[in-house]
Amino acid sequence: MAKGVKPRVKVPKKADAGEAITIKTLISHKMESGQRKDSDGNRIPRSIINRFTCAFNGTSIIDVTLEPAISTNPYFQFEAVVPEAGEFHFTWYDDDGSVYETKKAVKVA
Amino acid sequence: MTFTRRETLAVGGAALAVAALPAKLMASTADLIAGVTGGAAASSDGIELTAPEIAENGNTVPIAVSAPGAVAITLLAGGNPTPGVATFNFGSGSAEQSASTRIRLAGTQDVIAVAKMADGSFVAAAQTVKVTIGGCGG
Repeated sequence: MAKGVKPRVKVPKKADAGEAITIKTLISHKMESGQRKDSDGNRIPRSIINRFTCAFNGTSIIDVTLEPAISTNPYFQFEAVVPEAGEFHFTWYDDDGSVYETKKAVKVA
Repeated sequence: MTFTRRETLAVGGAALAVAALPAKLMASTADLIAGVTGGAAASSDGIELTAPEIAENGNTVPIAVSAPGAVAITLLAGGNPTPGVATFNFGSGSAEQSASTRIRLAGTQDVIAVAKMADGSFVAAAQTVKVTIGGCGG
């Protein structure tokens, strides 16, 4: 399932050096759990995003392992420190091998 | 109101059955926590799990967890077909070891969070969430 996947990330544009900011991420994905059955009673195979990472200038902030119990369109909110100006790098890893990436730059005021 | 012997026994038996139920749930919760900690005891200080008391839709239950000083937090749902929900590994760039997400719950059950602290100890918290419509399909 690699169609219609669109990552959305909310990061403040500016921050003070050393300030803790809240990051919200959402990616549109069906997150097929592998438990559901189609109308013929066949099990729909599992297809989820199994890993999500966020890094700032190469420093890891969070690395999440996802199981099928994560809802459709996985949403995460977490806090990060901004030591200097730079770029947040978000990566999602799909079961089918696809990797979805997005970047957000932050300026230091 | 006076009880006959028979009534007393019936009431007492029912009370016992009710008392036994939570104990059974607690045991499975403890087992799940032990599965993450490797058998080490987990205290309950320093971790906060925020979950709704009643979730109408088991497909998206908002969960927030916060454990200052943790290196990793594991979320578990014992009543799901597979108990694992998610594991958050915090890197050095994280400001506060907290995260929130949305999870699926198959039915009314305990949601468990186990945090591994930087010194290798574990803390755990659990909260019961009542689910009106399960979120795992048929």
